[in-house]
Amino acid sequence: MMLHHIISMRDFSRDEIDIILKRAQEFEQFARGKKSDMLSGKILATLFYEPSTRTRLSFETAMKRLGGEVIDLGAIESSSVVKGENLADTIRVVGNYADVIVLRHPREGAARMAAEYSKVPIINAGDGAGHHPTQTLLDLYTIMRESSLSELKIALIGDLKYGRTVHSLAYALSLYHADMTLVSPVQLQMPDMIKKDLKKRGAVITETTKIEDVIGNVNVLYVTRIQKERFPDPAEYQKVAGSYRVTEELLKYARENLIIMHPLPRVDEIDPDVDGTKFARYFEQSFYGVPVRMALLAMALEAV
Amino acid sequence: MTEKEMRVRPIKHGTVIDHITAGQALNVLRILGIHGTTRAVVSVAMNVPSGVLGLKDIVKVEDRELEEEEVDRISLIAPNATINIIRDFEVIEKHRVDLPERLEGVVKCANPNCISNTNEPVISKFAVNKKPVELRCIYCDHVISEGIAEHLI
Repeated sequence: MMLHHIISMRDFSRDEIDIILKRAQEFEQFARGKKSDMLSGKILATLFYEPSTRTRLSFETAMKRLGGEVIDLGAIESSSVVKGENLADTIRVVGNYADVIVLRHPREGAARMAAEYSKVPIINAGDGAGHHPTQTLLDLYTIMRESSLSELKIALIGDLKYGRTVHSLAYALSLYHADMTLVSPVQLQMPDMIKKDLKKRGAVITETTKIEDVIGNVNVLYVTRIQKERFPDPAEYQKVAGSYRVTEELLKYARENLIIMHPLPRVDEIDPDVDGTKFARYFEQSFYGVPVRMALLAMALEAV
Repeated sequence: MTEKEMRVRPIKHGTVIDHITAGQALNVLRILGIHGTTRAVVSVAMNVPSGVLGLKDIVKVEDRELEEEEVDRISLIAPNATINIIRDFEVIEKHRVDLPERLEGVVKCANPNCISNTNEPVISKFAVNKKPVELRCIYCDHVISEGIAEHLI
């Protein structure tokens, strides 16, 4: 399968996603430390216009564990971006220094534009409130490894309005005909434009405001953070955020095989007591980012 | 309607755009890049009676045969428009406008945070859905489904 740029989940068919997930499984051993020099001699450039320790480190590890090297743009304030250099120029310049670029940018569509200008593969690590395809792929991989993608019953919880990870994940899950329940406060419901798009693709969607309504009916809880900044009134925020917390008490009503996922960082939406239960999978989820990103780098560099 | 009754006279050479949705003639000119500074001879009739549409606008551009690609964009705001290419007072070509599959540089993305709305060297690009008419930005996926005329560049 030819894989050049990785910009948005929209660009992938169900079959193509299945191929990527299968490849990722082959890389798990290297992600756990088995030696490889598959990408030896290749250089990855990480261009993060917005900070992200976790995603950047995960890509760095993926590249280095496969024998490759990494160069980083570094803090925006100390780069030529501060002099007014635009992204189109930066991409063309960096394409002379590296074999693949991972880009995170505050504007939606930035990665798509970068791909138009770049002679090397561009991997989108998040553009504004838009896409974050590698997160979605690792989320799908986690479900595949820890639960099942077929006949999936999943609850997407928290900030479904601004959360870019849930939009991208819901889109991909519609390709698997997943049964999705959207659980959020009324103010943070998934936008109509997106729900419409999902239904057009054959997704089965239900909505509720109460996490208690769904806990016994799903195999996967995908929890996202409700940000304080979305609520002008702090008291309202406290009241709302409290009713979307995942606690041990709530899990008394959960199915035996339930797994709990969270893209991290988490604040207080998952109680620390939950970490030690048989349901928690969010740290495994963050590990799975490595084999998935290894597969993507290797496929983009045509080393696989 | 006899020649004496026509509001706009026949042109010798050029393009006649007929059956424009009433009130959209000025937007049609905008889409065609025809502004106040143009040298072309242009006739515009607005809100004239029409058998088919009830009311319609008409635009006649002399000495210019519009390209299909230019003209298809008009279907965004005037889906029933007909294009007549005139030579020596004769209609030598006549066709309906048809929505293209892609639009570049015609409509501005409604998402203020889209990369196409910055000083980056990029023009707006949209994928067009025909039924219903919806424009999806190639860069940020934002969809414009109504008020398309307000977003014309």
